[in-house]
Amino acid sequence: MVNDATRSPQRYLTPFNVVAGLIVVMGLIITVMRFTLGLGAVTNLSDYYPWGLWIAFDLLVGVALAAGGYVTSAAVYIFGMKRYHAAVRPAILTGFLGYALVVLALHYDVGQPWRLPYPFLVSRGTTSLLFEVAACVALYLTVLFIEYSPAAMEWLGLKRARAIVTRLTIVLTILGVILSTLHQSSLGALFLIAPAKLHPLWYSNYIPIYFFVTSIIAGLSMVIFEGGLSHRYFKDKMDAEHLAAKADVMLGFGKAAAWVLAGYFVVKVIGIAADNNWHYLATGFGAWYLVELLGFVALPAFGYAIGVRDKNLSLIGWTAGWTVLGIVVNRLNISLIAFNWYLPSEDRYFPHWMEIGISLFIVTLGVLAFRFIVTRMPILYTHPDYDAH
Amino acid sequence: MSISRRTFLGWIGAAGVTSTIARKAQAASNKEFKGYPDASAVLHDITRCIGCRKCEAACNAVNELPQPDRPFDDLTVLENKRRTTAEAYTIVNRFQPEGDVQPTFVKIQCNHCLEPACASACFVKAFTKTPEGPVVYNAKVCVGCRYCMVACPFDIPAYEYDSAFDPKVRKCTLCQPRLAEGKLPGCVEACPTEALVFGRRSELLKVARGRIQAYPDRYVDHIYGEHEMGGTSWLYLSGPAFSEVGLREDLGTRAAGEFTAGALGAVPIVVGLWPVLLTGIYAITKRKDRIAAEEQQVAVTDAVTRTQADAQVKLKAALDKADQDKAAAIEREVKKALDAAEKAKEQE
Ligand code: SF4
Ligand code: SF4
Ligand code: SF4
Repeated sequence: MVNDATRSPQRYLTPFNVVAGLIVVMGLIITVMRFTLGLGAVTNLSDYYPWGLWIAFDLLVGVALAAGGYVTSAAVYIFGMKRYHAAVRPAILTGFLGYALVVLALHYDVGQPWRLPYPFLVSRGTTSLLFEVAACVALYLTVLFIEYSPAAMEWLGLKRARAIVTRLTIVLTILGVILSTLHQSSLGALFLIAPAKLHPLWYSNYIPIYFFVTSIIAGLSMVIFEGGLSHRYFKDKMDAEHLAAKADVMLGFGKAAAWVLAGYFVVKVIGIAADNNWHYLATGFGAWYLVELLGFVALPAFGYAIGVRDKNLSLIGWTAGWTVLGIVVNRLNISLIAFNWYLPSEDRYFPHWMEIGISLFIVTLGVLAFRFIVTRMPILYTHPDYDAH
Repeated sequence: MSISRRTFLGWIGAAGVTSTIARKAQAASNKEFKGYPDASAVLHDITRCIGCRKCEAACNAVNELPQPDRPFDDLTVLENKRRTTAEAYTIVNRFQPEGDVQPTFVKIQCNHCLEPACASACFVKAFTKTPEGPVVYNAKVCVGCRYCMVACPFDIPAYEYDSAFDPKVRKCTLCQPRLAEGKLPGCVEACPTEALVFGRRSELLKVARGRIQAYPDRYVDHIYGEHEMGGTSWLYLSGPAFSEVGLREDLGTRAAGEFTAGALGAVPIVVGLWPVLLTGIYAITKRKDRIAAEEQQVAVTDAVTRTQADAQVKLKAALDKADQDKAAAIEREVKKALDAAEKAKEQE
């Protein structure tokens, strides 16, 4: 779709490209340091905080925000909500890139990344929830790749292969939902083993359920949020169907998000009641917990509800962004802020700037890959030679 | 009342020979597990510890760890609370519980849990609880995810963050290599006051109980490690409350594996139920689509038939009309001819 011949060098020197280029250069330098000098040289990880920003943000937040793929494809293919069909491909693409980057980030975080296949090939630690997470993430990345592949095949003109893959749509969608249910919840369940370390307000037997429900919220919000960005920056790539579907998707997904957020709020309160944790609410951590619960759960639930009622698309868009931020806050709370909460401040963790640098680098890679693909492959429009599947 | 360390030398020999092959860590399964009865253990009587750091020095030596910045006889190190690191598998800390004149010293190291959190958490089974007692680590499979460190309730395992190519998790081994040679753990051997006693766990529990009974004023009536987190192989006796000397009392008695059993148990349910449910929903969606399609088909056929019928009627009408027109035309022609004939007749 892009006529490269018309591109002059100046067109590449946009402010976005310059900033992205600088981040990539910085990322590459830190990458070299990480793999030659070790984790200690580029991170603030400690024996008290073996997991830092790369697990909290790149893994936990990354996986949650990549949930749009399974949420959207399930809505359209399994629940038959065909009017959201235009949202499927962008959501699958985001999911695929998201998971690919999560796996990339894990290579930075683990001490011996060349051994990452060991849990499957050498010694299966099946009693570990991390084993389940690893297995599901690996499988789901494969599923997402296959789900995404028709777009690439249309681009490359591989008609026969595409026909085969599109026939698998339903099977892949069901597989995607199963795998996502398992690992989204298991990421939360990772913390079940450390009841003594996680603040009681965040520790709960329901934590796997919380993680699963918030992944749906994250998925819905990301589809809206990212749809808004695509609409702004890649409008020229969208065909009439995609342009027309925007309002439909925002209203439909916004309404769903409002309900799920409201439900999540209720189960959270039930969780506090079940563990009888009310007295903690009066402490400093309690105040912070209330900020999360009221500011990032109740508030967006209202934002979505009002936005949908008034058909106020910009309110829905802003709420989606706020909800995504809320997911970030929640995951950082569980893995860093409320973790080891009782330690004196000198033993607590704050990320090294190079850890932040790598996280930025990885997000930038994702944005660049997304742009590369949507400007070439039929993601935001239906390829004229093919029927939508 | 104290048992000579040497008495135990024989016991270890026996224990070591009869079961040298480590069985799989049942620690991590959901089965009821009450520990290996003959497993070796250490009793740390905090009331006897004088904070000399000889155990730290011995541990450093037997494990060939790097020399620390400040020597082991520098006791000012005790001014700050420390934890185990990749270069120090055991640490002595000083506490000053409120109301006490004398400080209390506590040695920490891996507690060699009966059902270790670290073993349950590791996704490559790098940790194993051996029947002899030690929880051992296999560096050859460790990926370095550090989930074991997140899981350990005693904050024990440490990581070699500064190694780029071969970082390992590091913790006390209960001197497993020395035990296999029939020797005592380095720290136990070095302790000048017998604040550390090595032996079978079952025996040490009796010793500890005996001490509490004999000196009820000296000890809190609790053996730390008997049940904490499912029980540990390192047992503690204390004068002050355990929580005042850095040993957490809020850990409960459930082994770590029990906290995750529910989540793991949910996996087969999700795998079994989801496909059925989702396929069902898909079938309903599809059926709805099909019925809608069928209804549309019927409507179309209907419309077509109706149009066809209409057309038939029209055609028939047209044909009829044509027939009538034809008949009329013939009639007209005949009439014309007759008229002409009549005229001709008249002219004749
Ligand atoms: S104390 Fe920690 S490292 Fe040692 S066995 Fe128990 S869980 Fe594992
Ligand atoms: S860091 Fe090594 S030993 Fe610890 S859980 Fe990960 S793979 Fe297992
Ligand atoms: S048992 Fe051995 S490794 Fe453990 S603290 Fe004592 S000397 Fe160190």
